[in-house]
Amino acid sequence: MPAPSSAVTTFPALARWLLALPVAGGVWLLAYSHLGEFADALTGALQLSRATHLGEAVHFFLFDTAKVLLLLTGIVFVMGIVQTFFAPQRTRALLAGRRVGVGNVLAASLGIVTPFCSCSAVPLFIGFLSAGVPLGVTFSFLISAPMVNEVALVLLFGMFGWKVAALYLAMGLLVAIVAGCVIGALKMERHLEDWVQKLQSGQALAHADEAIGWVERFAAGWAHVKDIVGKVWPYILLGIGLGAAIHGYVPEDFMASFMGRDVWWAVPAAVVLGVPMYTNAAGIIPIVEALIGKGAALGTVLAFMMAVIALSAPEMIILRKALKPTLIATFAAVVASGILLVGYVFNWLL
Amino acid sequence: MKSVKVLGTGCANCRTTVTLVEAVAREKGAPIELEKVEDLPAIMGYGVLSTPGVVIDGVVVHAGGVPARSKVESWF
Repeated sequence: MPAPSSAVTTFPALARWLLALPVAGGVWLLAYSHLGEFADALTGALQLSRATHLGEAVHFFLFDTAKVLLLLTGIVFVMGIVQTFFAPQRTRALLAGRRVGVGNVLAASLGIVTPFCSCSAVPLFIGFLSAGVPLGVTFSFLISAPMVNEVALVLLFGMFGWKVAALYLAMGLLVAIVAGCVIGALKMERHLEDWVQKLQSGQALAHADEAIGWVERFAAGWAHVKDIVGKVWPYILLGIGLGAAIHGYVPEDFMASFMGRDVWWAVPAAVVLGVPMYTNAAGIIPIVEALIGKGAALGTVLAFMMAVIALSAPEMIILRKALKPTLIATFAAVVASGILLVGYVFNWLL
Repeated sequence: MKSVKVLGTGCANCRTTVTLVEAVAREKGAPIELEKVEDLPAIMGYGVLSTPGVVIDGVVVHAGGVPARSKVESWF
């Protein structure tokens, strides 16, 4: 007997989800509001007093780890569901033929909610172009998607507060939009690889959107949680561990001397340092923690983080299959300059 | 015998998909001819927007992320 089609949502499965979610939500809220007590209890159980360096560091570690893991689980689950509404096909349709400017803003924003894996960068890029999405708009999407994602935002929010997360979001979108506009204005379509230029416009999509029910959406959310938290938890422990050590032990002004806002070359140095490095959003968090924890200027640190994520050697190598070297160089230069500018502006504004 | 192609440029997700497809096909005893397509122009020829993608007998059955096991099982 053939399996039921994925579009048919069986009642028992849906009912299970609709019952489980409010319960899970309740447990989550309960846990989140009692983080302090949890950390206190566990620190006490380890026979440590918060008055000591070690006790304070351990308490910080327990509190922040629990907080970040809870936040990550909750938000990644929601984002997993949101992403099911924004399959690349839909994003592509939304962006096709858009005017420059509006299109760039839309593309950068959609980059946040559209699921994106760095190996899909080229198929996505070409797929967008062949559907009539302008080159600059496609670049706005390509810049924002890996950089402004929910993992980075949740981790920044959980570890440094909403202001830092909001700043990163604003900076990321700004760089994506402006860089996309600039690249579009340079009219570099000739610098796409020949086989890309020859691709038929309006190439039909291989298969129609699959109808997807709420059971599949919830399942996708949960799969996303397992995937992300499964990959990211070591970095969280490392980052918070580092933060805890700094919190308890490193003297105040250690970092300020060379990464502080008064040093004019801090931002360019951060960007230059960041470009050859490669890691995902979570991996950079321990370093961000170390820098911010003791005096580095916020704009500089976020610029560094963006440079590391947005400009990565593996992505450049993959893009080389579709873009000629001039275009890749332009892409890297425009994004790096954008990050630099934004880093300076935010240091100056704060 | 089904012709199964896995489209991908070689990242971890693509390799996981190949392993998954092989394992499920073997469990079900379904004879398949498995091919890994890493050439970008060829991948684009199928019109997929995200990799990994799976093509069975010329029809794209999946694109984007590692397919769920239940989905892979439904193909054989």
